[in-house]
Order: sequence, then C-alpha cells, then structure tokens
Amino acid sequence: MSDVSLSAVTVAYEGRPVVRDLDLAVASGEWLSLIGPNGAGKTTVLRAITRLVPFDGDIHIGGRAVARLSSRDLARGVAMLVQEPQMPAGMTVSQYALLGRSPHLGYLGKESSRDRRIVRDVLRRLGLDELASRALDRLSGGERQRAAIARALAQQAPVLLIDEPTTSLDVGRQQSVLELIDQLRREQELTVIAAMHELTLAGQYADRLALLVGGRLVAIGSASEVLTEPAIAEHYRAQVKVIEMNGSGTAVVPVRR
Amino acid sequence: MLGVKLFSTRVARTPVLLGGLPRLPWAWAAGGALALLASCGVGVLAGPVHIGFGTVTQALLAPIPGLGAGISVDPGQANILWSLRFPRVVLGVLVGGTLAVAGAAYQGVFRNPLADPYLLGAAAGANLGATLAIALAPGTSVFGVNVIPLAAFVGAGAAVAGAYALGRTVTGLRSTTGLILAGVAIAAFFNSIQSYVQQTQTSSIRQVYSWILGRLVTAGWDDVLLVLPYVVLSVAVIFVHRRLLDALTLGEDEITSLGISVRRVRLIVVVAATLGTAAVVAVGGTIAFVGIIVPHAIRLLVGRSYRVVVPLSVLFGAAFLVLADTAARTVVAPAELPIGVITAFLGAPFFIVVMRSTRGAPL
Repeated sequence: MSDVSLSAVTVAYEGRPVVRDLDLAVASGEWLSLIGPNGAGKTTVLRAITRLVPFDGDIHIGGRAVARLSSRDLARGVAMLVQEPQMPAGMTVSQYALLGRSPHLGYLGKESSRDRRIVRDVLRRLGLDELASRALDRLSGGERQRAAIARALAQQAPVLLIDEPTTSLDVGRQQSVLELIDQLRREQELTVIAAMHELTLAGQYADRLALLVGGRLVAIGSASEVLTEPAIAEHYRAQVKVIEMNGSGTAVVPVRR
Repeated sequence: MLGVKLFSTRVARTPVLLGGLPRLPWAWAAGGALALLASCGVGVLAGPVHIGFGTVTQALLAPIPGLGAGISVDPGQANILWSLRFPRVVLGVLVGGTLAVAGAAYQGVFRNPLADPYLLGAAAGANLGATLAIALAPGTSVFGVNVIPLAAFVGAGAAVAGAYALGRTVTGLRSTTGLILAGVAIAAFFNSIQSYVQQTQTSSIRQVYSWILGRLVTAGWDDVLLVLPYVVLSVAVIFVHRRLLDALTLGEDEITSLGISVRRVRLIVVVAATLGTAAVVAVGGTIAFVGIIVPHAIRLLVGRSYRVVVPLSVLFGAAFLVLADTAARTVVAPAELPIGVITAFLGAPFFIVVMRSTRGAPL
C-alpha cells in the first residue's frame, strides 16, 4: 500500500502560511500532478510530505503517519527528486546512485552486494550502465536527470515525489523523462506526485491534476476538468487556448494578447 | 513496511560488477605507507648525533622478548633514540595524520574547500590558552603534565564549543555559514585577548611566538600518551563516517530525504575532528597548511571520495609532518625553526605544482 493522504495540512514560513488547510488523497499507483502559478505552494506540499518543512495537520503514507515515522523509515517510503539536484563534481554515476541505498543501511552501515546489484539493475533499466563510471559533471542535461532518477529509484520507495522534473530540458528530453517515469510507475506500481509548471505535459501524464493557488486547493480532477480557459485565465492571469486532442489529452497553448 | 521491490532483485551468487565505485587505490595506499615509513626512517636517523641504521634497528629490537636477546646498544645512543627521536617521530605521525584528516573532515561537513581544522576557532583558543599559561604560569605542571598543552587543549575546546553554541543560537545550525561566521567571531575575540596578554607580558613574547608557529615539543613519551587516546578516537570516528561525508556533498534536502540527519553527522564529525585537533595543537602548536594542503593534494591526484581522502590523508599527512619536523630541527641546527615555517615553505610550492598539473580537475 502506498496511498498518500493529506488532511488539513497547513505549512507556514515565518508565520506566513504558504499551504492552507489542504486535503488530498492520492491512490496507490496513481500519478497526481500539482499545478498552479508561482508561489502556489506546490514544492512546499512535496517538502511537507518528506518532512523537510514542519506542518500542521496529518499526512499518511500507506496508512502510517509521516510525523511518527523515523527518518529512515520515511526515506524507505518516499523518494524525492528535487528540482535542481546537486551533482557533486567528480562523483561517478554509480556512486551517486548508490547513495540512494542510504535509507536501507544503518547509520554507519556499508553497502552490501545486494545494494550494488539493485543499483546496477536501476542503472541498466535507465540506460545508464555504460555511464556508471562517468563523473556527474561530465554528463549532459538529460543524462544528469536520469542519474537523479536513478538515485531516487535506488531508494526503492513506493512513493516518488518529483519537483519540476523537466526544468531546463528541451521538449524531446521532457517527453523522454516523463515517459520513463510513467513507465516505471506502471511497472512498479509507484505512486507519483509531481509539481509541474508545464500544463500540457502535466495533463498528458498525470491521472489527475490538483490546482493550487495561494496555498489552497481550488480544483482537482482530470486534465479536461481542471485545465479550462477560464480557470487558467483567472489563476495564472494568462490567455490560453485549451485544445482537446481527440483522445490524446489536452493541450494548453498560450495566445498572444 | 513501506519498502517496495522495484526491480528484479533475485539473489545471484555471482559477484556484482558495478563500475565507478570509489575504492582505495592499493598503489596509493602502499605508496602512502612507504612514504610514512621512509619519513619516519629519515626522522629517526637525522640529528646532531650520528646514529646508524643498524643501531636504530637494534635499538628497536632490543626491548622485544626473544628477538632482543643478545643485542647490545650503546646506552647513550639508545637513550637519544628512545627518549628523543622515537617519541618525536611518533608525535609527528600523530599530529600530521590528525591535522590532515581533521582538515578533510572539516572540508566535508562545511562543504568548503578552504576549511581547515582551525575553522571554528581551535587555533585561536589554543593560542590564548598557551599564551596565558606561558605568560602567567611558566613552568607549572598539573598532575605531572606541563600546563601549556593542557591550557591549549582547554582553550581550543572552549573556542569551538563557543562557536558551536553561538552558531546554534543564531542560525539553529540550519546553515554552515552561520557556524563559520560564529567561528570567525570567536576566533577574533580570542585573538584580541591573546594579543593583549602578549603585549602586556613582553618578556614571554618570543616563547609565545615560537609556540604559535608550531613546534613538536620533546617531552618524551608523555606527550605521545597524552594525545594518543584523543587522536585514535578522532581518527576512528572520522574514518567510519567516510560514506556519510560523501553523502554530505549532496544538497541538504536530498541528504535529508535519504534519511540521513545532516545535523547529527555534522555534530559528530565536528566534535571528533575538534577533539583530535585540540589534542595535537596542545603538543604541537598551531601548525598551518597541513589540514588544507594534504587533503586537497589527494583530491586532485587520487580522487574526491572520502573513502579515498580520509585514509590517504592520515598516511600522507603523517609522512609530510614528520619530514617537515625533521627539516625544522636540522636546517639551522642546533637551533630549531618553527615547524609552521617548514610546512608552508615546502607545502605551498608543492601544492601549486599539484594544482597546475591537474588544471581543470574539480576542487
């Protein structure tokens, strides 16, 4: 079980609430994309789930309260792919991915051959096995993104949180990364919660979209339910054309004002 | 349980081939061990009284039951070796290895290539403690131990504890910057008091100055035994944190989301590194450069993983300091140069050569 539920979650930075009274339920194996304008609280929601920020309310993963899990147990349950992962210069892809095994080791534990086997399989699965010995600072943007995914997958957590996975990638690589995540989700029944700016892509890959504005949930549902021209005009202050693509999802196209 | 099997993880009995994992290169480890052995040999053989290699070997073997039977060594030479040269070389090993590994540890936890073991005020605290002891209580002993190293140890520990407490109240240890700034403030405060005491006690300026530049005191085995427990504990704790020091090179959110407590790792490693630094500063003064030059040279030449940097820092730091100390006591014999002069004079050009020859390598 890897369902995620948030109940009356509020997060405040220095007394200023950035997420307010949020209720969300994400089923096991579902992909939920959090969308919303800048400052809507998307990243903060992900940070609350991983307990990187203190929160009021309840967050449960697989029926267990996040607040009561040890750091290691939480890391075994939730993997997070941050927006701009720090890639230490000189560190190799395999060493970086192997750090993803940390939640499964004791404080001073050492990686076993099983850990190395899992990482090798992850790298192979992501097409990184040829690059295992390459330093992170010698990877292309797309390869770095895959390395970051490899580290997150090495955690073997059933819930994957992704913060803006396609930032700074060209459209082809955006598609590749999202397809890869979607494929892995289906194969491994991962629950994916992704904060996304790109509305068309968010709608293409997610089962449901949750629109946050000012820290509040204003809409949740399928892409066709949430991505409407009036909603986008109101909350993003953007003029767009929403196009239904005959069974291929919903496209949001900005229109010059 | 929350864990899930993502991939086929059938347990095969074949070895797992996964390239790119950091391993201690045996050639470098052997080279470090040889360098240490050679520098110890030079350190023991060099001195105003000529003592040959054979005599040194005999003096080492003589006390060993069975092996030493029938070996006779000139008592005067044996005395020079066992009372002066052996303990001084061993002290050099302890001081050099500790300063280098503590420097590497500080650079890891503070993610700052310029961090050295004195970053949080250990040098300023030790200098103040030693200055007070030299100026106000010269020649005093506590439980048979000279008060200068004790005062330096207490001063170094107090300065770092003060910096840590200050950093904690200001930034809650959320960032290393707050801790470093607290260290700068504490060091400046301690330095001002030290300067004041030094200026008002002009008769001891030379001794204070000599202490500050670093010098391995020759109080025989007492100093070795005094620092040994702290050094062993410090190096052992840093050694077992090698994997976590590598993890600390990730972003703070990423480390935390891996279930690793950054604050806990930082606290334990800083306490361990400080304990070792305070102990060796107490007997060697504030010897500069070793904690920066040695780990960085290893990073540039061998690799950046702490699984490599930590053990090699111990070996090469120890070898470097024993050589520097040998030079310090022989170049202008019978006088001695402060060891800090030698470490900077030899270390800085070497480091420049390493940096130039590895241009483009990440620091």
